[in-house]
Order: sequence, then structure tokens, then C-alpha cells
Amino acid sequence: MSVVTNTTTIGAIEAPSRRNTELAMLAFAVAIPLFAYLNVGLALDGTVPSGMIGYGLGIGLLAGVGHLVVRKFAPYADPLLLPLATLLNGLGLVLIWRLDQSPRLIARATNLYGSFSPDAPKQLMYSAIGIALFVAVLLLLKDHRILQRYTYISMAVALVLLILPMFFPARNGAKIWISLGPINVQPGEFAKIIIAIFFSGYLMVKRDALALASRRVMGIYLPRGRDLGPILMVWAMSILILVFETDLGTSLLFFGLFVIMLYVATERTSWIIFGLVMSAAGAVGVATFEPHVQQRVEFWLNPFAQATWDQSEQVGQALMSFGAGGTLGTGLGQGNSDLIGFAANSDFILSTVGEEFGLAGTMAFLLIYGLIVERGVRTALAARDPFGKLLAIGLSGAFAIQVFVVAGGVMGLIPLTGMTMPFVAAGGSSVIANWALIGILIRISDTARRPAPAPAPSPDAEMTQVVRP
Amino acid sequence: MNKPLRRIAIFCGLLVLALLLRTNWLQYVEADELNSHERNRRVLIERYASERGNIVVDGKPITGSAKTKDTDFAFKRTYLDGPMWAPVTGYASQAFGASQIENIEDGILTGNDDQLFFDRTMAMFTGDEAKGGNVVTTLNGAAQKAAFEGLGNKKGAVVALEPGTGKILALASTPSYDPSSFAGYGAKDEKSWNKLGKDTDKPMLNRALRETYPPGSTFKVVTAAAALEHGVVDDIDAKTDSPLPWTMPGTTTELVNEGNIPCKDATLREALRVSCNSVFGKLGYNVGKDKMLETAKKFGFNEEQFVPVRANASIFPEELNDSQTALSSIGQFDTRTTPLQMAMVASAVANDGKLMKPYMIDQLEAPNLDVIEKTESEEMGQPLSQEHAQMLQEMMETVVNEGTGDRARIPNVTVGGKTGTAQHGENNSKNPYAWFISYAKGENGSPVAVAVVVEDSDATRDDISGGGLAAPIAKDVMKAVIDSKK
Repeated sequence: MSVVTNTTTIGAIEAPSRRNTELAMLAFAVAIPLFAYLNVGLALDGTVPSGMIGYGLGIGLLAGVGHLVVRKFAPYADPLLLPLATLLNGLGLVLIWRLDQSPRLIARATNLYGSFSPDAPKQLMYSAIGIALFVAVLLLLKDHRILQRYTYISMAVALVLLILPMFFPARNGAKIWISLGPINVQPGEFAKIIIAIFFSGYLMVKRDALALASRRVMGIYLPRGRDLGPILMVWAMSILILVFETDLGTSLLFFGLFVIMLYVATERTSWIIFGLVMSAAGAVGVATFEPHVQQRVEFWLNPFAQATWDQSEQVGQALMSFGAGGTLGTGLGQGNSDLIGFAANSDFILSTVGEEFGLAGTMAFLLIYGLIVERGVRTALAARDPFGKLLAIGLSGAFAIQVFVVAGGVMGLIPLTGMTMPFVAAGGSSVIANWALIGILIRISDTARRPAPAPAPSPDAEMTQVVRP
Repeated sequence: MNKPLRRIAIFCGLLVLALLLRTNWLQYVEADELNSHERNRRVLIERYASERGNIVVDGKPITGSAKTKDTDFAFKRTYLDGPMWAPVTGYASQAFGASQIENIEDGILTGNDDQLFFDRTMAMFTGDEAKGGNVVTTLNGAAQKAAFEGLGNKKGAVVALEPGTGKILALASTPSYDPSSFAGYGAKDEKSWNKLGKDTDKPMLNRALRETYPPGSTFKVVTAAAALEHGVVDDIDAKTDSPLPWTMPGTTTELVNEGNIPCKDATLREALRVSCNSVFGKLGYNVGKDKMLETAKKFGFNEEQFVPVRANASIFPEELNDSQTALSSIGQFDTRTTPLQMAMVASAVANDGKLMKPYMIDQLEAPNLDVIEKTESEEMGQPLSQEHAQMLQEMMETVVNEGTGDRARIPNVTVGGKTGTAQHGENNSKNPYAWFISYAKGENGSPVAVAVVVEDSDATRDDISGGGLAAPIAKDVMKAVIDSKK
């Protein structure tokens, strides 16, 4: 990579900090969910919901804290990331709260577990923890390059995080949890950040080796074996996750991340082909003897077949939710997306968006996610150091793939995999991890957009001789 | 490193684009298909989300809606005198769908019909509970009660029409079922539903509209009409050329009469009075299969009727040889009819030959009782001329006054009718069906025409059974209509 001298995405000289723009957008990002909250209350009970003030203050406070910290500790950061994440988080809270009011889900929980506990308050707490982690990232991580030091530690931590769930009992049929007493963590959500850090550090060092020191076989560059070691290890790990934890989503995410980052680091298209071939080999290999994967594909192909229906109505119900929403949706609180039952407010929350916000609202949601990804990629372009570039693209790529895999699964575009819509779905691990991800992106973008220090006066420069006539 | 970054950016853009396309596909292109999907519970949830409108008889609802504690369905359908009205209302069940009026007028009853758009919008602004509209039927409560109780624990059906308009006044079928016994979706409802489905007596069958029976001698009214219309007989009191015994053409089989009755060269009036098979068999053969078919079709045979509930088509066979024509003309062989069809025959005769289209929904009302739609009486055709119809009336009145239909007499009211006993089963092994069709007449036209069929009666094989079992029911129904008019 040549040293960036001038890009269209960054004016290195006296870039406006855009903090006030961010503040204005944050005001919107708080106001819109507040109105949505009011809307749900009016639709369900015909009254202004009692939690209106508390909720407004809560989300406003969180957004305000986030903003002040960014203003103080990352003044040149990208102005869109925080408002977008806040908007998603706020709307997610409203949707979860709306589903908490569903008599159908309450009855279901009471029948199955003997009691029902609303998820919205928990989600608000998780959001607070998420913002706290976001603040902590900005306070502690003065420069994202510090993370380079932890390349191999990250790898170890990621491996441990991903392997641990195998030793814990499955919850709701998926072994993706680590249970520590009352706390349940989905390590996969955190692992994606840590894996991105490991890849960035590792690839930054090995870039040239991987790109240049390679034999050409049939027009495709193959890297040296010793450089491949860690990469193969991660690949093998993805396969293991797939086999032992039956977590299709997470392994897809890692495959994708791994191919994207290799390609960006080496600038060789052959890596994409290599990565895809390896992914395909892994996927096909697992699919042939893993009934879980076959079942998911079957559900995807025939969501309404009797056999599918007997095992799980979710996929078909989700599709019908989208259909019921139509162009403009039923309106908040007036849909029947709770027919999905299990995981309606986590994995399947997009169906509620689809039914109650309609096509227009779903597209808006998807575009907000698209914008977050786009700002992440922009940050990668603007970053001046290869590590920052790799990390930013890794994080945004992971985010994009996660959104695609989840939304695509719920909408029946691809087979369903168990993952959550970032920021919107109920689930502590997801919210907290994604706030950390946004924190890192903001840190990178702050570094990238910070004006270069004025050059120090050179002592060698002599006074220009004045020639007198 | 920027070139691959830009490519990755494009790749991410494509991912989002794919999702955008997919959501457009689902929510715009496929939305209707998904919304009407058989697995979509929303249809049902919507159906029971608000108080369902009612089906009304004599200005009073015969259905209701009960508030439930259920999470899916706010309301459940209830029925007043369910078994009696089941052939009219059909059922509306949370688990098993809806049928008949409950199904056909579902849009009005739920209030989702486009015709109620204005009411829905108003309710939205005024904040009223959304409610369904009502379906006002043409039925007559007293006549229905007389029909249902007259059938009692026998199997059978009764249809009563108002000849001048085609209004259905009674529509009974026994054994019946109580639609409220499976209106919900619990285990109890499922049990009732399965039990009804397995019942060999077929209580869920609407015999009045959906079952076709051999009409037996009642069909002789149609044959007589065909003979008059096609000029085979001009004078009902002139002797016909009817040998006895009469051997059916092309066979060596004699067409026998029930018992020793005076059928040799009997007049048309006399032949109908004592119900001569030999006379009417030969008449049908003389009229010919094509002209018989033509007249039968004019009465409504060979096509489904919609009242607006679908009634099965009654059948007069199209391909017949000579002996089959003779048999078909006395309501045997492959001639089959619904009770509704025979009531239409009686009503056409009573209405001086003009057949009115039968219907049972008088008007549709909005929740605020505004009339949205009123059914107009509609002429279906003129199967026989006024003159011939009046001749037939004379003959049918003779049947009641001096013949087999004496059990249908009502004091101070002119009644015309025809009995019938139809054989069925292999070699007539099963009990015959007892039939009776009739009409009553006053100074200003005929207020009612009835068809009654009783299955598996302990009938002997003569017309006495038609007169003995079915005629009293017809009489009670006619009497109920006449009394309710006073």
C-alpha cells in the first residue's frame, strides 16, 4: 500500500469536526423512537404509555453521554455512526416493548415456563452496558493501533470463546452460550470483533508474504504453507463451530470476514477464489453429514410444507408477517408478528418490523444498516495506517455479513441461521458487542480524520538572500 | 489498499441491495399470496377480531358473538337454536373455517367488505368498536320451526318458498348439528367436529340443498307439465290412451302401478290423483326424451342453483332409451333432485307458471343498520304457460282434496300437492323415500310452496307413505306461513 497522500474521502487539513451535526442527528435518533413508543402505547391501550418520560430520559441520557464522550475524546470521529446506532437501538427497544405487550407471547411463556418476564427492561439495561462499553473503548483506547500488540492473544481468546460453548448445555437447541450462573453470554458476538483484531494484526505483518511469496499454480497464486497455518486454523475452527455448535450463522460470518480481510490485505483476487473454495468445501463437507444444516436448507426451500410446519412454523410465519405488512405496514402494535412465537423479539425481530412498519419501514431499516456499513468502509478508506484500514473493513464487513445473514434468513432469501439483528434484536451479548464495535470504528475514524499536525519549522532552512540592487 | 476496499464496499452494497429486492418481493409482489395463504392464521384472527355481525330472521338475530379470553380470537360465534338453523347459517369455526352464509357473506359479517369501507373509516375516527354488518334472511321463523320439528328424529329435508318472489321461507335438514359445538378451537371443539364427520347419518350434510334423491311420483307434476306444454295432452279431463298393463317399449317389462288403481285410459287429472305409473310413464315416452329434458331444464334441472349458497344440480338424464325415458318420467331410473328443486317445481305451478329464482338473503346491512344491498326478486323463466299452470293447479288440488294428499288439507285454504314414494337401493332393497310437494293458495296468489322428503321412513311402497309421512309436515309448514301472514 502506498502512503495515502490525498483521497477524496478525507480532507486532512482542517477537517470540520461535525460534532454539532452529530448532535442534531442524535436528537432525531432519540425523537423517532420516542414517537414510536408513543404510537405503540396509543395503539395498544389508547393512552400515552406511562414509561414515556422514563424511557425518553433513559435513551436521551445514553445518547447524550455517548455524544459528550465522543465530543471530548474523539472529536473528529465520523458523525453518523453514533446517531445511526442510537436510532436502531431505540427502535429495537420499542419493538421489544411492543412484543412484551403481546398477550399471545405472554400466554405462550406462561404455558411453557410458568411465568413471563418482559424483555424490554433487560434490553434497556444491556443498552446502558453497551453504551458504557462504548465509552470505555473511547476512554481506554487512545489509539486503535494499540490493538496490534494483542494479535496473537486475540487469536487465543477468540478460539477459547468459540470453543467454550461446546462445554455448556444447549439453550433452545443452540450451543452458542456460555452460562456463568445467572449470566448467559453469546461469545460469538464478541468473537467477531476479536477475530477482526487478530486478522488485522496478523495480515498487516504477513501481507507481503501472502501476496508475493507464492507459487503460481494454474494461474492462481498459492501462498507458502507456513503463512497459511493460522488462516487454516481459523478456517478449521469455523468448521468445528458448525459441527459441534450447529451454529451456521457464526461460521458463515467467519468465512466471510476471513475472505474479505485476506483480499483487502493482499489485493489478490486469487484469495477470494481460494477462500470461497475453502468455504464451499467446508460447507458442503459439513452439510453432507450434518442433519441440522440439511434441515435448515429444507425449511428454506419448503417453508410451508407440512413436514416443516410440524417441526417449526417460524420460517413460514415470518414470511407471512412480511406479507401481512404490505407496503405501509399494519402500524405499530397492530400486527400479528407474535404468531412466530419463539424468538419473535430476537432472531425474528425483523418480521415485526416488516409487519408493523411495512415495506417502507423495512427498507428504511435496511438502509440504516447499509449506512452504518458504508460509514465503516469510508473509515477504512480514510484510515492512514494499514492496521486501521484492515480493522475498519473487517468490522464493517462482519457487520454487513451479519445483517445479510440474519435478514436474508428471516426473509427467506437464504436458509435461516441463528444470529441477531445488531442493535435491534433482544439479547445482551449482541447489543453490548455491537456498541463496542461502533466504539472501535469511531476511534479509527477519529484518528483518520484528525488534521495532520502542522509541520515543525526546519532548522536547515536558511533565510532567503535578499538581493539588493 | 484502497482498490480492494472500494470493491468490498460495492460487495456490501450488493448485499444490502439483495435484501432490499427481497423485501420488495415479499411485501409487494407476494403479499396477496401470503395473506391468503391457507396457513395464515391472520385471516381467522381478523374474522374473530371484532364482534361478528349477525344473521337475522324475522328481525331477530339467530347468531351471536361471545367475548372470549383467548389470545388469538377476541370473539367466538354463538348460535340460537343451532341445529334448527344450521342448514341456513352454516358454521363459523375458529378451527375449521366457515361454510354457507357464514362463509359467503364473511366480508359483511366481519365488516371487512369493501362496501363497508366508509363505516370502517368512520368507526376509526369516532373510536367506536369495529363491528360487522348483518345478513337479513328471507326465512320465516315459524315455518322453519314447523319444518324442523315436523321432521323430528326422522332423516329428511324441507324447503319452503314464496312462489311470487322466490324467497326461501324454510330450509330444514335432519339430522342436524349444532354449529356452536365446534365454534372454537379447543379439544372439545375438535372432538365434536370429528364426531360429526364420522357420523354415518351425515348430520353435516345440508340435505335441502346438497343431497339429490329420486323424486318418485312427485316428478309426475313435471311430466304432466311437459305433456301439456308440448301438446301431448290438451284436456286434463279427457281420457288418455293408456293401456293397462303397459309394456315399456323395447323391453318385455311392464310398468306396474302401486296397488290396484284405476289407471286404464285414465284422464290426466285422475292419473295424478291416484298416481298412475303406467299413464305417466307412457306420457313421458310419448312426449319424448328431448322434450322432457327441455321442460325439466326450464324448471331448473341440470344446473347448480345459488341461493346464494350453492345447491347441487338436480338431474334429468340427457341420454335415454325409450324405456328409460318412461322410468325417468315417473321419477325413477337416474332422475335425481334436491328438495329445493322440487319446491321450485311446486312454486312455478303455484305462481301460474312463472318460476322465480330462489334466494335466502333479503338484504345486507351495515353495522349502523343502513341497507347496503337488497336482493331483488328475479324471474328464472316460465316453464309452463299460465293456462297450463292453472290446469296443473286444478289437478294438484284434486290430489289433496280427493286423492293421496288428503293429509295436507288445511281448513279454508286451497291446497294443491303431489305425493311421491321413490325407491332406491339395489333392487329397491332399501326403504323408499317419502315425498310431498305442495302449495297453498289464497285470494291474492300463493304464499307458500313446499317440498318435503323423508328418508328411510318405515314406509310401505305406496304413495300412502308420501301422503302419510311427508304431507303432514308440509301442511304444518304451510299453516305456519299462512298464520304468520295474518
